[in-house]
Amino acid sequence: MKRCRMLTGVNTTAPTRLPVLLPSAAATIGAARRERHEGTFRLNLKLWHGGALLLLLLIFLGVAEAANGTREGPWAILWRWKWFVLQGFGLNLLISFLAMALGTVAGAVLGLMQVSLLAPVRTSSWVVTQFFRNSPWLVLLFTVMLLLPFEIEIGDTVFPIPDWTKAVIGFSLPIMANLSEVVRGAVISIPSGQWESSESLAFSRRQTIWMIILPQCFKRMIPPWMNWYCILAMATPLCSIMGVEESVTHVSQAMAAEDNRPDLLTPFYSFLLLIHFVYTYPIARWTISLERKFAVKL
Amino acid sequence: MAWDESQPMVSINDVHKSFGELKVLNGVSFDVMKREVICIIGPSGSGKSTLIRCVNALNTIDKGSITVQGQEVHDPKLDKLELRKKVGMVFQQYNLFPHKTALENVMMAPTHVLKQDKAEVEERAYKLIKKVRLDGKERSYPGELSGGQQQRVAIARSLAMNPDVMLFDEVTAALDPETVKEVLVTIQELAEDGMTCMLVTHEMGFARELADHIYFTDRGIIVEHGPPVTFFTDAKDPRTKEFLSQIL
Ligand SMILES: Nc1ncnc2c1ncn2[C@@H]1O[C@H](COP(=O)(O)OP(=O)(O)OP(=O)(O)O)[C@@H](O)[C@H]1O
Ligand SMILES: [Mg+2]
Repeated sequence: MKRCRMLTGVNTTAPTRLPVLLPSAAATIGAARRERHEGTFRLNLKLWHGGALLLLLLIFLGVAEAANGTREGPWAILWRWKWFVLQGFGLNLLISFLAMALGTVAGAVLGLMQVSLLAPVRTSSWVVTQFFRNSPWLVLLFTVMLLLPFEIEIGDTVFPIPDWTKAVIGFSLPIMANLSEVVRGAVISIPSGQWESSESLAFSRRQTIWMIILPQCFKRMIPPWMNWYCILAMATPLCSIMGVEESVTHVSQAMAAEDNRPDLLTPFYSFLLLIHFVYTYPIARWTISLERKFAVKL
Repeated sequence: MAWDESQPMVSINDVHKSFGELKVLNGVSFDVMKREVICIIGPSGSGKSTLIRCVNALNTIDKGSITVQGQEVHDPKLDKLELRKKVGMVFQQYNLFPHKTALENVMMAPTHVLKQDKAEVEERAYKLIKKVRLDGKERSYPGELSGGQQQRVAIARSLAMNPDVMLFDEVTAALDPETVKEVLVTIQELAEDGMTCMLVTHEMGFARELADHIYFTDRGIIVEHGPPVTFFTDAKDPRTKEFLSQIL
């Protein structure tokens, strides 16, 4: 009767698998899988982050207002400059949209090259991806800014290249590389059975990728794609260092116009942070809820 | 070289295959005639899946030859896609396309691979789904179907290509005992219609009833084979006896 012996963990559940640990184990595994899948951190914005920013703004406004003598109060000053700051923020948004669009197209192509059957295509796209993924954004930005001419001549007409368009290109490079990884990760996360069954139905590789694999990847790519957009949107003020007339540049110009009063420092910058938060928070929350929704289905 | 029905549908000759250091197939040979149903049984890891996957070139072989309708499968010049149009395969894990309905799953390959007329394919797909007793489930997604139902859609999906040979790799192994039967009945009907079938299975009762010939593999070789009557009652090889005593 040897083969009838009950083996713990084989015929029965091993006692080490405590049921109470299952939910947290599942969560840990899920988070690890997600991060490996995306190769990035999740922008985990909480509502209280915004609350804290608002509090900071109000406290420092209040303090400055109270300590204020006969000069114009900081609140009035901030109010006067609000459109100027928001206008700068508009450029941040424009840069983020265009860089995202460019990065998405380039990243999709690069990502598909990474799953090519041709070794040279695969290797070269992998090298490009890793290079831009692991370079500091600021360095990429500087390089693009300095390498691109400030104008180009086509025929008789001279087209100026404004700094902000260079910033678009500079930001699109790391986005491209990271989205390339998102595409690759999504493709390889499709179970091998899908490849095998479409192969054995005589689908060509091209058909398999376009009809079977990518449609299944699409949903999984949306949350990481949105997450990268949030990261990008928050990173756009980096280009203020190059003198692009975006929100941070506008804030410092406004403060300079107000004689760089130190009591304006915190109100202005926390106002700016608040604007960024108000824009990014809903997208970050939406990303997380989409992710939950798709996770159940797959 | 023209192939006719007096020659084997599938012919396997001295096939060797290793994954790196691991020798999985060590010289396997047998023939499958048209309309024949053969079962491959054997312990886990003995190379059953590997062998069956070589027949439609999902795996390559290192040495030997496999022909389907007289055509060498492992000829580098062979158009694999042409071969796979003739050889259908069903997997243990169903592998249906989760983003497509049952009907679309069945229709996809004929419309996109064989480029057949869509209306015609649809009509045939309805018939096939009816044949596997799933009428009414045409618009269901795989996620909404039970394991047994999914597996029957997978069978219908393969049949839609009008294959000459069907390969089944432990297609009931992931199912619970009640649903095993509905899938086996489908395969049985298929066999009775004259389809050439190669099955890897652990369902001994099924093999005994349906198979024309049974092959027992162990460590990459066929250690015993024969028609079910002699195979189950008169096994000579000690490994076969041991295996049969465990599962019968
Ligand atoms: N792609 C692969 N790469 C490396 N080793 C493999 C690969 N596929 C199979 N093997 C190994 O080859 C051996 C035979 O595998 P195979 O799947 O053919 O066995 P099997 O008889 O089908 O077993 P089971 O009954 O468990 O399905 C196993 O040891 C397996 O680990
Ligand atoms: Mg197997």
